[in-house]
Amino acid sequence: MAYVQQVATIFAKDLRAELRTKEAINASLSFALVVLLLFSFAFDPTEETTREISGGLLWIVFAFAGTLLLNRSFARELGNDCLDALISAPIPGSALFLGKAFANFVLVMAVELIALPLFGIFYNVKWTSQFWELMLVVVLGTWAMTVTGTIFSALTVNIRLREVMLPILNFPILIPALLGAMQLTSALVAGKPITEDNSAWLKMLIGFDVMYTAVSVVLVETVLVG
Amino acid sequence: MNAVGVEGVWKFYGDYPALRNVNLQAEPGACLALIGRNGAGKTTLLRTIAGFARPGKGKIAIFGDSPRDTRARRKMGYIGHGISVYDELSAMENLVLYGKLYALPDPKKSALEWLQRTGLERVKDGLVREFSRGMRQRLAVARAFLHEPKVLLLDEPFTALDDRAIAVLQTVLREALAEGKTIVMSTHQLREALELATHVALLNRGQVAFHGPCTPEMVSDPGWVYARYGEG
Repeated sequence: MAYVQQVATIFAKDLRAELRTKEAINASLSFALVVLLLFSFAFDPTEETTREISGGLLWIVFAFAGTLLLNRSFARELGNDCLDALISAPIPGSALFLGKAFANFVLVMAVELIALPLFGIFYNVKWTSQFWELMLVVVLGTWAMTVTGTIFSALTVNIRLREVMLPILNFPILIPALLGAMQLTSALVAGKPITEDNSAWLKMLIGFDVMYTAVSVVLVETVLVG
Repeated sequence: MNAVGVEGVWKFYGDYPALRNVNLQAEPGACLALIGRNGAGKTTLLRTIAGFARPGKGKIAIFGDSPRDTRARRKMGYIGHGISVYDELSAMENLVLYGKLYALPDPKKSALEWLQRTGLERVKDGLVREFSRGMRQRLAVARAFLHEPKVLLLDEPFTALDDRAIAVLQTVLREALAEGKTIVMSTHQLREALELATHVALLNRGQVAFHGPCTPEMVSDPGWVYARYGEG
């Protein structure tokens, strides 16, 4: 129970701090909307091929917009050396990591849920036709992005070029999850449900989430303290 | 049992040894002043004792436990170069946050008590980003003392403080010593530090050049220990 409270304390602190300034979430949301708009000019929304790749476009937007939020996750702690106080507090590194990961997840999901309806308009797709299955994929894909992004945010927090290093490190690791999310999203926004043919992507997404959550929880103490 | 024990500690940055075979002890109730020139290794030693970095070689113990052990961390309070409070949160929210992380029985009560002790209860709901530098420093003191730590690790605690913050800090440090708490502080402000110190350790290029009780000669002439054991 104490562990859950520690996670909840970090989660609430991160959300409160972000919602007071809205620095990262405003930047992330603006970026997502602008890129969705620009892509809609680049690709003709009436063409079938555009709809086929729309899932890929959507996740590229989510990945880059999410990176803007994830970059701030541990960088926020540098301002007044707050990271020192968190590291010296009697909480496990994993509680710190999970609290931050859950807060990042909520913020990235908020940006995605605002961007999704606009994606439907710009690309002329009925994204709600398989709504709950799409939500499942968005949740799994977003957790994959969040969990790897949060651990790499911790890893790069003391690097001068961390804004550049985070996507360089995170995206290659994220390829399997992004691939699965893109394939499933393209099918779902085209009105096709998840069947046995593409359920392997879903299993891979779940496997990715479980594996990287476990690895991050185990490694975060070493990442933070050495 | 020593409150703080440092045995044969080496710390490397790449190939450069920032700490070289450092051996120090501080008994419960002692106040150890770490002095030395810039780059002597004072901050590195304090950060290693606090558990922010693992030593390359050697052993550090806080009441017998590793600094990364939860029991040891519960007993430690640290003030570094930063104030370690969040600009986006109020003074009260900051202290309640740390109170919860230290699993205090009533975080709000403890937070309010320390806001009163540091003269900040009037602005308890104000955001830290609106505070003056002195108020921020006093809040940092409240944050470090909130959980009643048995060992206080202070890195240049008097640097850049205003008069009121120095007075608050000296008062709480004297009370802490009277209660038998242990203080390890690095400092360039020798006069303020030696008034409190029971022991002095002089670091020179990562090595302990002198470690012993604080004597009347040191208090009357803070440069004495440098002249005798330092590089001059």
